[in-house]
Amino acid sequence: MLAREVLQELVQVLGAENVLTEQEDLMTYAYDATAAMKHHKPDVVVSPLSTEQVSEVVKIAGRYQIPIYPRGSGTNLSGGTIPTKGGIVLSMLNLNKIIEVDQDNLTATVQPGVIIQALNDQVTKLGLLYPPDPGTVTTATMGGSVSECSGGLRGLKYGVTKHYIMGIKVVLANGEVLRWGGKTVKNVTGYDLVALFTGAEGTLGIITEIIVKLIPAPETRKSILAVFDNLDKAGNAIASIIRNKIIPATLEIMDNATIQTVEHFVHAGLPMDAEAVLLVEVDGYREVVEREAVLVEQILQTEGSVEVKIAKNDQERDLLWLARRSALPALAQKRPTTVLEDATVPRSKIPDMLKAIRKIAEKHRLLIATFGHAGDGNLHPTILTDQRDEDEMKRVHLAVDEIFQAAISLGGTLSGEHGIGIAKMKYLDWEFGEAGVAALRQIKEALDPNYLLNPGKIVRRD
Amino acid sequence: MSVYNSLDSITDELHKCMKCGNCMAVCPIYKETRQEVGVARGKISLVEYLLAGELDMTEGLADRFSLCTTCMACNTNCPCGVRFDKIILAARAEAVRKKGLHSVKKIAFTALKMQRLFDLGMKTGSIFQGVALKHLPHKSDRIARMRFDVGIGTEKVFPMLAKKTLRSEFPEVIRVNNPKMRVAFFTGCMINYFYTDIGRAVVEVLNENDIEVVIPRGQGCCGIPASVNGDVVSARALAKRNLRAFEKLGADALVVACSSGGTAWKHVFAELLENDPEFKVLADKWASKSYDISEFLIHKVPFKKEGLGRVERKVTYHDPCHLNRGQGISREPREILTSIPGVEVIEMKEPGRCCGMAGSFSIVHPDLSVQISDHKTADIALTHTDTVATGCPACRLQLKSGVENAGIEEEVVHTIQILAESYRAGKKN
Ligand SMILES: Cc1cc2nc3c(=O)[nH]c(=O)nc-3n(C[C@H](O)[C@H](O)[C@H](O)COP(=O)(O)OP(=O)(O)OC[C@H]3O[C@@H](n4cnc5c(N)ncnc54)[C@H](O)[C@@H]3O)c2cc1C
Ligand code: SF4
Ligand code: SF4
Repeated sequence: MLAREVLQELVQVLGAENVLTEQEDLMTYAYDATAAMKHHKPDVVVSPLSTEQVSEVVKIAGRYQIPIYPRGSGTNLSGGTIPTKGGIVLSMLNLNKIIEVDQDNLTATVQPGVIIQALNDQVTKLGLLYPPDPGTVTTATMGGSVSECSGGLRGLKYGVTKHYIMGIKVVLANGEVLRWGGKTVKNVTGYDLVALFTGAEGTLGIITEIIVKLIPAPETRKSILAVFDNLDKAGNAIASIIRNKIIPATLEIMDNATIQTVEHFVHAGLPMDAEAVLLVEVDGYREVVEREAVLVEQILQTEGSVEVKIAKNDQERDLLWLARRSALPALAQKRPTTVLEDATVPRSKIPDMLKAIRKIAEKHRLLIATFGHAGDGNLHPTILTDQRDEDEMKRVHLAVDEIFQAAISLGGTLSGEHGIGIAKMKYLDWEFGEAGVAALRQIKEALDPNYLLNPGKIVRRD
Repeated sequence: MSVYNSLDSITDELHKCMKCGNCMAVCPIYKETRQEVGVARGKISLVEYLLAGELDMTEGLADRFSLCTTCMACNTNCPCGVRFDKIILAARAEAVRKKGLHSVKKIAFTALKMQRLFDLGMKTGSIFQGVALKHLPHKSDRIARMRFDVGIGTEKVFPMLAKKTLRSEFPEVIRVNNPKMRVAFFTGCMINYFYTDIGRAVVEVLNENDIEVVIPRGQGCCGIPASVNGDVVSARALAKRNLRAFEKLGADALVVACSSGGTAWKHVFAELLENDPEFKVLADKWASKSYDISEFLIHKVPFKKEGLGRVERKVTYHDPCHLNRGQGISREPREILTSIPGVEVIEMKEPGRCCGMAGSFSIVHPDLSVQISDHKTADIALTHTDTVATGCPACRLQLKSGVENAGIEEEVVHTIQILAESYRAGKKN
């Protein structure tokens, strides 16, 4: 429980309507989208309307040493917004204005509560695009996706969130407001704090304004689906496309377990015995797209695909994508609990990683379906389980450990796009060693010495 | 097990929810409040905590459960197929079981007060109207504003009470020569008391298609306002009353022209009466032959195309949530509209977005209801049409109130009225 004067001060700054204190409201901020994670009730939820108010809240928290948990839409998959120590949940959703779209500099300036799709709705009217597209584009906030450095389907060609963040305004743990970066393409003045705060998961400061880079929207696109009866052939096809100097906007893979589940769910016409399906989309100028689509088709055939389909129009394209879009929902309906990981390996190691995951599933008698962004090496091994089954959950945790070990041993990383949060904190030293974890801690303590900002995430206080 | 009897009936629905938050993209309430409790995911969590014993059923919790227009948009956008409509109904019924009707006292109290006003109005006619409602002179709709606040604000524009209820305007059986079929018409309260013009159009169109219409006198309220707020006891009594009334007169089919009536006859009566062997049979029987009027005219008895006269209207169609998502009817009204000569249909941006009326929701949360309605009104304005058609009198009220307050020249009618107008125009030639 917070002292009465803390609540009074918060109400004074924000107005009573922006301070939630009733049990029934607080309990709805105790969780996020992360599966099988213990929930914690915050003591208060506040929704600031300006950077100044954020700064005031941070100062109050500092005076009384109360932890602050920034929150966008709460769709992250690493427990990043769960207020494990109670305290203040800082909901950024009322800071939801698109401040400016600058067509000359190809930038947009937004507040952190803007939903990614809302920005894109605005800029597509001008023939522009903000490329990062996590599966949650219609719900996730700009602040949350910058803080997780979200990826998505277009990572291979267009990169991820960090490639589009040019400037930020942040409130530091001491309440100071600073701006870093801006609208210039080039900027080497001082350390690259914009990069540091991108993916910091709210542990270093509160982002209150973001300048993003926009690009001209591609003129057209074309989708190609290929079925493989052998994983290695699919892996070679991926490598071969890239070796032929074609960079598709998306290059997705689904394994046999995923194909079977999806096919039951939507009847998209995928062969149930296929070992892998690749879904490729090329985009750009019409002439280039036509040429690349034909090349991709040839490569897929040469690499031994048993069936290749090119979508002739938007309807056919939607049909090809139906299976991929339905992957997570279909899997999620199969068992009550869906543990979605995002271990990532170099592109060339995709077949090895898929095989490793299959071995792990067999060893622990678990149902693991894998799909993901093959083009950028980011796989989503998805464990279908039931949180209420204690014995099975033990095996799930062992399997998750082994999946991470496999990814790291193949030269990959723990997390490609979902972040560390609480969920992957204990594995950090596997990737960086003790010294690496210590360096992270030093950065955290330099900016937030009292662990007020999203404590209990990424780095543990010793 | 039905949602009206026990919270246990929805445990499977709760387990399906993976907390992905996709429902945030479409929830009209969440779009306004941006508070987690507004969206399905928030209320699902509250029900889970309640079942786990981490929260008690308090009035505060019942209040949170009132934050839902039951528009079912979240159902449609949920990747896991969670039927949130079931969850919210079960939660509200549980609130009433645990806390009694006083947990929804604001609804009960206000609704009762309004009901009394309206009953009084029917008796005293125009004297009452003058006292409670300030008439707004208008060319097409008889509408008025509340003179004093009975708890719903004075912003909302209301239809004037009809001089005579629909059911007293017609005999119980309206005969035609050589009837093809005998159809029973469930009028619902709004059409009976306020929008008698919709009711007359239904009868006119059915007669025009050689159908004998019966309007059982013994019918009453569909009970949806009670069942959605957890007052299962009242809802059950009303369901039985209606079943008895229709059973007495009998018919080949039953039609409704409001989305709550359709929901009630097709689904809710049978669910409410699942433990009552005698009435469950009746409810199932009538459910299998209940139709929304547009559905009936497209699928059951395709309406006559010859004799349709020209109607010069630019029309945009609003999909009522419980007709569109609730009963899967969205193509049918459009098919009727586009087959009328002279009618030009221009779609608004999100025709399926909730108008924010949701019956008693607009009484409990008048401000939110108006905020939600404002989006709708803005979308309508962009179509530059002269008419909004819809399939539900409750939506008509809300849409009219919206365009009226925004000062937009737009008539709001039920689809069936435009069809009746066309038949009438056809006769003039
Ligand atoms: C079904 C599903 C599919 C998904 N698909 C993808 C995908 O394809 N790719 C991908 O990368 N991710 C994906 N995600 C994960 C998630 O959607 C993204 O991480 C998303 O960007 C999070 O945005 P949010 O607004 O929900 O942030 P939140 O979950 O609210 O917050 C995320 C983190 O950011 C911090 N934070 C939020 N706002 C601020 C701020 N203003 N300042 C400082 N810190 C802040 C929070 O403290 C937290 O640590 C998916 C999730 C789901 C449920
Ligand atoms: S969209 Fe469905 S599964 Fe996702 S949080 Fe909402 S109700 Fe739950
Ligand atoms: S039914 Fe409509 S109002 Fe209710 S939670 Fe779902 S989307 Fe929101």
